[in-house]
Amino acid sequence: MTVFDKIKNLDRRWIFLFILISVIIPLLIPLNLKLNTSKPVEDIYSYMNSLPEGSVILMSFDYSPSTEIELNPAAIAIVRHAFQKKLKVVALALWPMGASMSQNVLTPLAKEYNKEYGKDYVNLGYKAGGSVLLISMNNGFATEFPTDINGTAVTDLPLMNQVKDYKSCALVVSLSAGVPGMKEYVQIVATRFGSKVAAACTAVSAPEMYTFLNSGQLLGLMGGLKGAAEYEKMIDYNGDARKGMDAQSVVHLVIVLFILFSNVVYFVDEYRKKTAE
Amino acid sequence: MIPTSIYNLSVDFTGNQLFAAAVEAGKKFSTGEIIGVWIATALTIFIFSFLYEDNAMYKFAEHLFVGVSAGYVMATTYNNVIKPNLFGKIQSGIVSLMHGQFVWKDLSFILAGLMGLMLLMKLVPNMGWLSRWPLSFMVGIASGLGIVFTMEALVLKQIDATLVPLIVKTAANSIDIGDTIKNWLIVIGVCSGLIYFYFSKEHKGLVFGTMSRIGIFVLMMAFGAAFGYTVMARVSLLIGRMLFFRDQWWPVVKATFHF
Repeated sequence: MTVFDKIKNLDRRWIFLFILISVIIPLLIPLNLKLNTSKPVEDIYSYMNSLPEGSVILMSFDYSPSTEIELNPAAIAIVRHAFQKKLKVVALALWPMGASMSQNVLTPLAKEYNKEYGKDYVNLGYKAGGSVLLISMNNGFATEFPTDINGTAVTDLPLMNQVKDYKSCALVVSLSAGVPGMKEYVQIVATRFGSKVAAACTAVSAPEMYTFLNSGQLLGLMGGLKGAAEYEKMIDYNGDARKGMDAQSVVHLVIVLFILFSNVVYFVDEYRKKTAE
Repeated sequence: MIPTSIYNLSVDFTGNQLFAAAVEAGKKFSTGEIIGVWIATALTIFIFSFLYEDNAMYKFAEHLFVGVSAGYVMATTYNNVIKPNLFGKIQSGIVSLMHGQFVWKDLSFILAGLMGLMLLMKLVPNMGWLSRWPLSFMVGIASGLGIVFTMEALVLKQIDATLVPLIVKTAANSIDIGDTIKNWLIVIGVCSGLIYFYFSKEHKGLVFGTMSRIGIFVLMMAFGAAFGYTVMARVSLLIGRMLFFRDQWWPVVKATFHF
């Protein structure tokens, strides 16, 4: 077997190893590559900045630990920005595991920014129903969420006396890894009820969501780790997303090189076959 | 009863940056945290071992994940949905009834509970037919809502977004070349994509032949963008686990072995 044949039949595990090395090295030795911000992310940041103190942001944690690395940095960046701007946060989850995701983000950040539960932020927890729940919530959050995540009646929470329905929220942010998630928020909360909706989604679902940006149904979009990294840059915070972007860039470069290399191998092989005939 | 504090159990285990910040601030690890991080480390390695070849460790981690997820979802659903929204409301309705008030809003949840039980009848031999009633109710509701919202948000609004001026003028009444080109691309992209999926006429000739070929390019570009984003998503997952090793596992190793 020639070297060429060996390359042609390269065990794919070598590619996995290359990818692993391409991720580990930039994480251990940061390259500090330049990160540009994009308009869809800038739009969310500018809108959040324009909100007066005390405005309420409704955040929907519609993801589970499997997509934590893509959506937690976005959630942390938005909550951090909201707390810095003295905005109030109401969290809920359309996914069962989203309830603990929201708790993991809100609890340490509230402690860091000295925010009081019930007054500055509330976690309503998980509720089943997806689209039907979002429609019913327009009649009043308290109907669908009689208690918060800890079982406390929402009527006992001062913030929830101020937040009745979507109209009470200056912005709705859907942190979404699938269904139910941002598509339902666009269909129901943005299009039907006319609220401002922004989304942070996994990279896989980002291309589909660009159509809603173009039509004006979405205020802004943070797609995957890159979107979260851009937001972190704008609030001047060095979180997981920014830390991971060097590795992301290096891996993409390695994959492009692999694609080019395999194409060269393919065309050389074709040429060899033709000359052999 | 399932304690509501289940949500707080993993506070310190999620979010590499928050964990790393806590370590920097002089965080002391409890035995539970150390064990938790080591379990997470082992399970991560078990899952990644599949990349070499399928093995028993991978299968164990996979089954554990499925089991834990199902258990967690059941506990959360009971605590956050069934307890306050079903039992709570029925209880409130019964209490009102005992005080001589008939509150239909609360008591109607008995019907919802019955329909839920009817769904479970699928598991009982000879009574499976009962599950069809609530199922058809759910299908009817979903279809009704789906048609209205899908038409409005995904069809009409999207068509509206493609009805753009083909010559865009600036405030100074000169032609905005950038936006004009963008709008032409939107219109040609949408039309060619639609023509590619129009199968009642052969894709030949100046209009159908050319446009369907342009449609292929438009679709390829869309697939390319989707592929690029998919690669980014998968690589992000790997980055997440590597950050876990760096920001959570390594500090715990240092704390455990005192170096």
